Amino acid sequence: MDNNFIKRTILICRGSGCNSMNAGIIHETLKKVIEEHNLLNQVEIKLTGCQGFCQYGPQLVVQPDNVLYVKLKPKDLNEIAEKHLKNNKIVKEFLYKDPKTGESIEKKDMIPFYSEQIPIIRKNCGIINPEEIDDYISVGGYDALKKVLNNYKPNEVIKELETSRLRGRGGGGFSTAMKWQFCLNNPSEIKYVIANGDEGDPGAFMDRSLLEADPHSVIEGMEICAYTIGASYGYLYVRAEYPLAIERLKIALAQAEEKGFLGENILGSDFNFKIELKKGAGAFVCGEETALMASIQGKRGMPRPRPPYPANSGLWGKPTNINNIKTYASIPPIILNGGKWFSSLGTKDASGTIVIALTGKINNSGLVEIPMGTTIRNLIYNIGGGIINNKKFKAIQTGGPSGGCIPEQFLDTPLDYQHLTDLGSIMGSGGFIVLDEDTCMVELARYFIKFTQNESCGKCTPCRIGTKRMLDILTKIVKGEGTIKDLEDLEKIANIVKNTSLCGLGQTAPNPVLTTIKYFRNEYEAHILNRKCPALVCENLIEYHIDQDLCTGCGLCKINCAVEAIEGEKKHLHNISQEICIKCGVCFSICSYKAIYKKTNEN
Amino acid sequence: MGQNIVNELEYKDKNDILDIINQYNKDKNNLITILQEVQKILGFLPHNAIYFLSEELKMSPAEIYGVATFYTQFKFEEIGKYLIVCCDGTACHVKGSPLILNFIENYLGIKPGETSNNKIYTLESVACLGCCAISPVCIINGDTYGDLTTNKIKRILNKLEKEIKD
Ligand SMILES: Cc1cc2nc3c(=O)[nH]c(=O)nc-3n(C[C@H](O)[C@H](O)[C@H](O)COP(=O)(O)O)c2cc1C
Ligand code: FES
Repeated sequence: MDNNFIKRTILICRGSGCNSMNAGIIHETLKKVIEEHNLLNQVEIKLTGCQGFCQYGPQLVVQPDNVLYVKLKPKDLNEIAEKHLKNNKIVKEFLYKDPKTGESIEKKDMIPFYSEQIPIIRKNCGIINPEEIDDYISVGGYDALKKVLNNYKPNEVIKELETSRLRGRGGGGFSTAMKWQFCLNNPSEIKYVIANGDEGDPGAFMDRSLLEADPHSVIEGMEICAYTIGASYGYLYVRAEYPLAIERLKIALAQAEEKGFLGENILGSDFNFKIELKKGAGAFVCGEETALMASIQGKRGMPRPRPPYPANSGLWGKPTNINNIKTYASIPPIILNGGKWFSSLGTKDASGTIVIALTGKINNSGLVEIPMGTTIRNLIYNIGGGIINNKKFKAIQTGGPSGGCIPEQFLDTPLDYQHLTDLGSIMGSGGFIVLDEDTCMVELARYFIKFTQNESCGKCTPCRIGTKRMLDILTKIVKGEGTIKDLEDLEKIANIVKNTSLCGLGQTAPNPVLTTIKYFRNEYEAHILNRKCPALVCENLIEYHIDQDLCTGCGLCKINCAVEAIEGEKKHLHNISQEICIKCGVCFSICSYKAIYKKTNEN
Repeated sequence: MGQNIVNELEYKDKNDILDIINQYNKDKNNLITILQEVQKILGFLPHNAIYFLSEELKMSPAEIYGVATFYTQFKFEEIGKYLIVCCDGTACHVKGSPLILNFIENYLGIKPGETSNNKIYTLESVACLGCCAISPVCIINGDTYGDLTTNKIKRILNKLEKEIKD
């Protein structure tokens, strides 16, 4: 019987998503179960970062079988050990089931969510232990650095990047080769390298998961950059809201230093490089490069006009190269496989892959890495598994508060910088939010403007006052108090803010408003002309009622109503007083019998 | 007047702050990091600590406040025993975070940014905690709760209430 044992590795996801769904307990229980079943010699348990399929956490992969088990509970582990690990029988019950066919899928790579992906930036995510540098080295980690230090002159690195056509992954999409060239050209003795891991776009978590799952790839990319432009000091700027990423980066930096990949005379060469970790302190605008540099220098994170660009005058006035962390993580694979290989992926406009945080009203939420040029339809209906509860797709928001929404008629658009810009949105950093028929586009526009207005640093007038005026108008409209003149003003102000703001925050803040007006003008008009919210979202324009046939008189809504607007005896029909109701929606969402419904306010 | 305020600081806190300042070389460039470390040990940035920092770093209190108030991470009032951070990032928003927030507000009788009178709860609303795949999300004293519904948050709050009573 012992001959049947296969040596296996269990990759257990310990990214932030799974951790918050008790992956820690699963991990501990798994250790115990393996011991109890006397499997210590046959099974190795490996902690990994995010495996991407966050919606189905906590999860683990059994290798070499390539079997993914999802939504695990501690009690499930015994069965997996007994059946799968001891007797080689896959436990169907815990496999991913295709929501369309109901069929369980055994091999991880056969799941549509994974099968279309081409991981380059995320190639090690969910596979290596981010807290063990040897694990990174065992999959070719730091080989690119060695190759560069031994064989490449700085301009040869840039040549390779030029061939790869790599564009920055922080949102703007500027040519990385060109950026590095500017810095290299500057004769200054002191230069800096900065990695931007601020990721302030709400609804995005690509950078977080990369830092948690494969921190060394970012460090290696920064080193290659430092070598190329001639810098010996770097900063890694990460949001304070990402404690696990910070923890793992600290471990990675210490291990890299210990192994001689960071510090003086790296790998026996005369190249010296150190990296300091800087925590952000909660300000969206600090993702903007000049604001970020002010923040590193201990100041208020205010942007300044460019030029001069950081390549000429950055940190403490010295030439500085700043890239997104995903841009840096793309460098080692480009060096190892060649720029030509990278350039062969994607479209004419954009090479390589894009990492997307897919969220909102979508069945398969999580992280995907797909070639540039993949269509939005493929992303949503194939990889994403379609809309939750088979509702109707309304739009997809790309680029967060700086981007715009893309409606149904453009579902076949290939994803790259140019196509999205043509539609009035932007690629952004990769946070994509799927919206369905229950989303009110006017309320969403108001939500984004409230965000940018709040995050506006206040330095320039168009952004400071313009976003405030836009918010005022949008608030009026969602309350059903707007006029057609308001809508005209809104468009006018939006264009002024877009064209005259100092930094990217203000220049892009009107995008959600302009695109929703462009594609969903009818929703604005419904709010203004008919005092109606078609999606039944805007509080002032809807009423909550109790369905007589469905109400059981359980009283749950009544005890949870904060303003005592609900009356009714136990076991008898309840009723909502429209005069008292504040439309908080709590009763609607708490009713076990779906007896509470919304309708348009008739007054 | 600065001196009086500084004297209100406990001896131990003063020493801890001095340690932090020295660790970062009394360097103004490290102000944000220093403030983060001070907030970590004191829970918030009291007026007297700002004055103390101002003396030690040779910066005016206004300069320090100027930086500190720019960043949402910094708190200037004591926070409650339970810090409830409710996400209203885009992913959470479209999946119903306004409802969750409404429920918590009603339950605790406080609005985002406020602390309950008995100093038990502080409620905060933020934009994105980076757990968007399990939205809507809130974090209570460092523990993340995802896929929230009003029922689920009610159970969580009931549990906290019970903890307090015990
Ligand atoms: C308001 C604002 C926020 C930004 N936030 C980020 C961010 O969170 N992460 C990022 O990498 N770039 C962000 N950027 C873009 C940076 O300014 C900069 O262009 C980028 O880090 C350059 O890296 P790349 O060339 O690798 O894309 C932001 C820009 C603006 C205007
Ligand atoms: S939007 Fe709530 S965690 Fe990202």
